[in-house]
Amino acid sequence: MNKFEYASPTTKEQAVAMLGKAWGETEILAGGTDLLSLMKDFVATPQRIVNIKGIKELSSLQILRDGSARIGALVTIDQLLEATRKSHPALSQAAAGIASPQIRNMGTVAGDLCQRPRCWYYRAGFGLLARNDAGQALVPSGDNRYHAILGNKGPALFVNPSSLAPALIALAAKVQIFGPDGAREVEVEKFFVAPQSSADREYALKSNELVTGISIPKSTGLLSATYEVRQREVLDWPLAAASVAIKLDAAKKVTSARIALGHVAPTPWVATEAASTLIGKTISEESAVAAGKLATAGAQPLSHNAYKVQLTQVAVKRALLAAAGISA
Amino acid sequence: MAEYKWPEESKRKYIGKRISRLDGPDKVSGRAKYTFDINRPGMLFGKVLRSPHAHAKIVSIDTSAAESMPGVKGVRIIQGPGTEIQWAMDEIALVAAVDEGTAEDAARAIKVKYEVLPHVVNERELASVPAANRRPPTEQTKGDPAAAFSGAEVIVEDVYGNDVITHCCLETHGLVTEWPGANNVLLHQSTQSISSNGGEMARALQLPAGSVEVKMDHIGGGFGSKFPVDRWGVEATKLSKQLGGAPIKLMLERDAELTVAGTRPSAYAKVKVGAKKDGTLVAWESESWGSGGVAGTGMPPYPYVWQFANQKTRHHSISTNNGPQRAWRAPNHPQACLVTMGALEDLAAKIGMDPLDFVLKNIEMTGVRANVYRDELLKGAEMIEWKKIWRPRGQGGVGSTSTVKRGLGLSLHTWGGGGHASDCDLTVHPDGSVEIKIGSQDLGTGTRTTIQIVVAESLAVPREMVKVHLGSNKYPPSGSSGGSTTIGGVSASSRRASIDALNLLLEKVAPTLGTTADKLEAVDGKIQVIGDPTKSMTWKQACAKLGTQPITTRGKNPGRENLTSAGVGGVQMADVSVDIETGIIRMNNFIAVQDCGLIIDMKTAESQVFGAMIMGVTFSLYEEKIMDDQTGRMLNPNMEFYRLAGLADIGNFKVHMMTGKGYDERGPIGLGEPPTVSPGAAISNAVANAIGVRVSTLPLTPDRVLAALARKGGQAS
Repeated sequence: MNKFEYASPTTKEQAVAMLGKAWGETEILAGGTDLLSLMKDFVATPQRIVNIKGIKELSSLQILRDGSARIGALVTIDQLLEATRKSHPALSQAAAGIASPQIRNMGTVAGDLCQRPRCWYYRAGFGLLARNDAGQALVPSGDNRYHAILGNKGPALFVNPSSLAPALIALAAKVQIFGPDGAREVEVEKFFVAPQSSADREYALKSNELVTGISIPKSTGLLSATYEVRQREVLDWPLAAASVAIKLDAAKKVTSARIALGHVAPTPWVATEAASTLIGKTISEESAVAAGKLATAGAQPLSHNAYKVQLTQVAVKRALLAAAGISA
Repeated sequence: MAEYKWPEESKRKYIGKRISRLDGPDKVSGRAKYTFDINRPGMLFGKVLRSPHAHAKIVSIDTSAAESMPGVKGVRIIQGPGTEIQWAMDEIALVAAVDEGTAEDAARAIKVKYEVLPHVVNERELASVPAANRRPPTEQTKGDPAAAFSGAEVIVEDVYGNDVITHCCLETHGLVTEWPGANNVLLHQSTQSISSNGGEMARALQLPAGSVEVKMDHIGGGFGSKFPVDRWGVEATKLSKQLGGAPIKLMLERDAELTVAGTRPSAYAKVKVGAKKDGTLVAWESESWGSGGVAGTGMPPYPYVWQFANQKTRHHSISTNNGPQRAWRAPNHPQACLVTMGALEDLAAKIGMDPLDFVLKNIEMTGVRANVYRDELLKGAEMIEWKKIWRPRGQGGVGSTSTVKRGLGLSLHTWGGGGHASDCDLTVHPDGSVEIKIGSQDLGTGTRTTIQIVVAESLAVPREMVKVHLGSNKYPPSGSSGGSTTIGGVSASSRRASIDALNLLLEKVAPTLGTTADKLEAVDGKIQVIGDPTKSMTWKQACAKLGTQPITTRGKNPGRENLTSAGVGGVQMADVSVDIETGIIRMNNFIAVQDCGLIIDMKTAESQVFGAMIMGVTFSLYEEKIMDDQTGRMLNPNMEFYRLAGLADIGNFKVHMMTGKGYDERGPIGLGEPPTVSPGAAISNAVANAIGVRVSTLPLTPDRVLAALARKGGQAS
């Protein structure tokens, strides 16, 4: 393993001052569940590691009665799972789907958002965009059974691995960021970007900025759910996932809806049209199926992943029915 | 005088009872030491540089940068310039350094130039395998299959397959090797073959056979992949010698374990099988192919178990640039079973018969074990409530919903499992304690426990008085633990040693009891006149008569009187639910009915079957060695995408062991392999029954299930 500096700042100002000018020079260590394996595989080779676990304020977790919440970057997946069980079912269910109890106890909310893709070419050392020495893209003509079906017209064909992001998008959450110029907030759906080069990251963060937490707006009356299609019950990556948040009026008609998909595109995928088509309708098997179809309307499967289109549709349908309290 | 033959049921105190394994507390508390846990004074760490290419010629190797790194003690080239590498991750060079990180960095600092050659790593589609990678096919015909097929009223033709899987031992392969003296070696090795590894290593080092000591107390899985000392073990030992005998620990990384330390070969077959309308089977034909790496692979035993008077088989052995096959728990049987029992289930469905009735109708075609299978099928059907839950294919078993379909499937299997050659030394001490030394190994199957049971039963002493020593080649040689041969071998040799020792003791004490040895017996911790507890002495009193000289006897297998035999039958039935919208399969109930002759320990026997069933669910639903055509590398050499079932995935297991008349008198027969054979077929058949269409190839992943459903939908419309 390459030699590296190890820093343990106790304030976010100190931390930011230690971060690098370019991606890859410095890596942030929180739970370490992804970073350590990236380093063992020589996929990440930082010169400096900034351990942020000593920054106390990043561990705070506040949820108010109206559902508005502030979740510190270092809140663990397991803490989030327990804290949001009643207030934000979509988020709690997404947390419950993450890996194993050990990883849920170590892994953090910001780590879930900033973890790197699981694309097996990337993890084997072929770069974020999976190219061989001759520069040829390996995914299109390779085994792409777990790759993107949506948003895959650019060079990035991996899927975003975050389980929490779709739920946070459905809840209209924002990412809180701190950098040399101070604090800023960005909507979760805008936080993620599909990289154009192997040197880019998958999020709209500068290399010297730090995710400090998440804010969720008030969610009174919001019904939410996450549905993951996963092969195993024990730790496994979802093959496709959907998070939804809806509001219903007295006649059970949808007054607002947000739908976000996970593990189907290089970013969490916001299914705007599928959500808007629900407005004014009741949630039923029929309307939920229609929303699922609309959510994948633009899908362009690769050579081995057409099955994920159906899985995505099913995830949307089941998440909507679950949010509305209708058993499938 | 005591006799070798196994005691009758009414006289058994330990044999056949439910006894917890001796090393259970050590294992759950972490006290048990595995090879991975062995750390020796002054130990160095070995790391291997591996080929990134699946097929390449080594042009040059430059180790200078690695050798000059601080902490690096030695570098050995394993395959030098000019060598043709035949699979990715094959060993190029070995580094020993003061810690793991330094060794890894040094291995990466070795510069190798390759001339990259074309590779073939996938063989699922026979038509797309280049001619150069195919051996000439072999063909065998029995009877007149063409004529028999012309008389068949119903014929099924389909393709069935098993992808390549690995052993995925949780403890990877490896060893700690050192030279305690100039001409002797001490190996701590994770192995299935304690007694043969010493001689094997000695041959490789050109040392006398007795100069290599091998030790292992516990192993984290072998499954057929851990018999040899392996090239990496020999190279590490040579490097240790170069470094003055310093211990070197070399345990494979997870990616190497999954890539180069053994696979179960693939097996695909296009099958044609025919029957009369009443279900009478008439003919079999198969064209099969598969690969176990560069050397190809032989034909699994098609058709499996069922003896057709008219059959034709044709097999293509395919050479691929993949890490070579090793024996994988019941070599070739699980693959042959899936192909055969899958085709028979499809035929029964086409005829419109319940497969249970279909199999029972033809059961005489299974040969000598037809009665065993019949008993087991009826028992299994009762346990899984077959007649209550089963519905014809595609109708969905009882409890199905619009999106979740339930199905039942069955399969049957066989295995040999006769005892291997085994020697042991048993000592009865004057204080009454008993020790047995045997050059065997406990693969986690309960070998220690069963040896203790046999000795305690044979001497009629409490189990606690018997100390079992195994896991060293300094003990009398006993066979490799492979082929389900261990229980037969060690139970027979330890039985003979015990009875011989007891008879010597009886002779010693007979004068004291005023009789002769032939009038004495050992019962409940006493030596007594046969049938007369009033004329007795305690075991301890008897042993005290030995004075200062213990009794030591050498037990052997084979030996006088057969104490073990070969050949078992088993039946398994699976109850699954399939979500037809996602293609995801959940296990409900899984039943195993198994015969293994005389059972020494019911609890560890059942555990063996449970383990096999877990492994079976895993290879049926999840395991696939995914090879990339472009890079020639394995894409999932990790435990993230090389999936194993977890507890929440396996459903409910029930095991029934066949015992009593017809079973016990055959003596102990091995159990490691047989219950691993049927899961693929039973689960695949249950899925076909549930969803109304065959998913042709294992593992039964969601994409494959959905594709099969789409195919069925297409046919229906």
